[in-house]
Amino acid sequence: MTIRQTVLRRTVPLGVVVLCGATLAGCSGAGGAGGGSQAHSINVLMVNNPQMEDLQKLTAANFTKATGIKVNFTVLPENDARDKFTQDFSSQSGQYDIATISNYEVPFYAKNGWLASLSGPAAGDTGFQQSDILPTIQQALTYNGQLYAEPFYGESSFLMYRKDVFAAKGLTMPANPTWEQVADLAAKTDGAQPGMKGICLRGQPGWGELMAPLTTVANTMGGTWFDQNWQAQLTAPAFTAATNFYVNLLRAHGEAGAPQAGFTECLNDLEQGKVAMWYDATSAAGSLEASDSPVAGKVGYVPAPADQTKASGWLYTWAWGVQKASTHQGDAWKFISWASGQGYEQLVGKTLGWSRVPAGKRASTYSDPNYVAAASAFAQATKTALTSVDPQNPGVQPRPAPGIQFVGIPEFTDLGTQVSQQISDAIAGQISVDQALKNSQTLAAKVGAKYAGQ
Amino acid sequence: MTAAAVSSRASARRNSALLGLLAWLGGVLFFLPFAWMVLTSLHSEPAAATNPPSVGAGLTLQGYREFFGAGSGVSPWPPLINSLTASVASTLLVLLLSVPAAYALSIRPVRKWTDVMFFFLSTKMLPAVAGLLPIYLIAQNAGMLDDIWLLVILYTSMNLPIAVWMMRSFLAEVPKEILEAASIDGAGLPTVLLRIVAPVAMPGIAATALISFIFSWNELLFARVLTGVVAGTAPVFLTGFVTSQGLFLAKVCAAAVCVSVPVLVAGFAAQDKLVQGLSLGAVK
Repeated sequence: MTIRQTVLRRTVPLGVVVLCGATLAGCSGAGGAGGGSQAHSINVLMVNNPQMEDLQKLTAANFTKATGIKVNFTVLPENDARDKFTQDFSSQSGQYDIATISNYEVPFYAKNGWLASLSGPAAGDTGFQQSDILPTIQQALTYNGQLYAEPFYGESSFLMYRKDVFAAKGLTMPANPTWEQVADLAAKTDGAQPGMKGICLRGQPGWGELMAPLTTVANTMGGTWFDQNWQAQLTAPAFTAATNFYVNLLRAHGEAGAPQAGFTECLNDLEQGKVAMWYDATSAAGSLEASDSPVAGKVGYVPAPADQTKASGWLYTWAWGVQKASTHQGDAWKFISWASGQGYEQLVGKTLGWSRVPAGKRASTYSDPNYVAAASAFAQATKTALTSVDPQNPGVQPRPAPGIQFVGIPEFTDLGTQVSQQISDAIAGQISVDQALKNSQTLAAKVGAKYAGQ
Repeated sequence: MTAAAVSSRASARRNSALLGLLAWLGGVLFFLPFAWMVLTSLHSEPAAATNPPSVGAGLTLQGYREFFGAGSGVSPWPPLINSLTASVASTLLVLLLSVPAAYALSIRPVRKWTDVMFFFLSTKMLPAVAGLLPIYLIAQNAGMLDDIWLLVILYTSMNLPIAVWMMRSFLAEVPKEILEAASIDGAGLPTVLLRIVAPVAMPGIAATALISFIFSWNELLFARVLTGVVAGTAPVFLTGFVTSQGLFLAKVCAAAVCVSVPVLVAGFAAQDKLVQGLSLGAVK
């Protein structure tokens, strides 16, 4: 080998590395300057529900125009968004100033010190009218006397039914039905029209899918996930009876393809006349009564069916939480104050239609004549549901952690999803309810043991 | 010609016709999901969500309008440009590094070159997700979260081993005689690389570039975790159409079709080279 070649052998790779480095350095300068680091801009992470899509559309022309604060949205499906904000808030990396968190996260996020308290800003902003926020919602977003999130919209659950189908069959829906009555009505309306089943209940695995309605059924039938001493109660008679009731009702008179049916599928089924009743979130009513819905005006709304408790609806809200490490807390509050304020509800009502208002958080929404006129079918039922819930005490016995359709501990997303998989299998007929609950009890006992010792 | 020869030729023809039919069947089978995606993307949301599927439902471009921001006012261009930046930049880096590396492993093999090859391969044995948390923490400390150049570096390092393996087999095909002739004529290494090796191995380089481009373009796991407001890539943007409340199948399909277009274009553009490249190693 010649000397020249040897030198080349050494210098060429070196040159390549230097070249790459230079390219990278040159480019990263350009890339770094590209994004949301202006003086007045905030980064917001949201789940992509329809209400958030509307918000995204209205922000630039209204909020940014009025305040000069640019809002950079990241919109992700619920599970991805949850992964992302958990990751960002737990490491306090401050990528996002605001995220949509729910009343499930607020207690332990606040406990871990990941959230900035909003009590101060809310009290100092008279235009925001904190006292107008529904007390049940505000309480669900409060930890140790401090407010940690402001609701964007809230929901409970209720029973929806086809008034025309009931009338044709000569059936009446009681004003406050029990689950016993609902099961009976499901049997009677099954087959009322060709291809129509009695009731749609979620069967899709997921702590926020199947587990939410089933847990409310268990609550009202005397069951609970954990007793006050963190002993798992999934194989206790009450929880077993409730799960058997749910699974049997679904298997006998539930929608086709129940083990894969979630909110979206049930919404479809009710709209397409494939079920006569549906027990689910109050926020479904907006879609059912929308102008392009084939069942608009044909649906009746009654409170969540109960058994041993007076009310049994759930409580859920998507709310704005500010990351403690955020360096734009002032701007963040301005955005929250706008998006959760009365003015924004008016703006949505006037520009996009009153049925699209992010409702379920303010008392004033339900006295607004425009909203009440547009949502006459379900406004009162929604408000009743939202004000009659008690997240601290949703069942017949004291609970170790807050939450109606969930247990307010970080482990519940995993636990709830695993248990829901077992029960979804039972709905599909692959295993028995007893076996599903036995497997679930083992999982729940492990989580309970972690807290029992504390 | 004997009768036996005629019948054997006829049976050979029958066999090849059968094989051709099988290939077509296979091709159609592979194409079906894509065709289904295109069809669904042209349906309205309610028609896309029915079960059983409504194949004959009316066609609409609403899904595509949604992708281009009709519903939310969000432009798909920034994520598409991010994806293009990450894919093109990392592919160029991969080529820049893998060609010399492959040269040193095939044409003028370094000592223990088989160990080097195994080392490259071993870096692909660790599941990508296992490295995710350390990389996230390093990126956070280095202030490189949500920076497209972090993805460029990651994609380069992820695709480099595959590229080196591919390029090595392509360069091994370059006839030694040409290289010797060139060096006798006084050509130095850069000249040899640029004027002899590169043209001969062009189909191989094209195939490697395309693979690297496709892998980078489609990568979701790292992009989802490491990007946020600014650097989100097209696959991350695509997942944003999935919602737990309401219908989304048609717009997701429309978005998926749009996001697939650059890869398809790159594939068609490189088709000739690609076929040459992929069959280059097969002769041996």
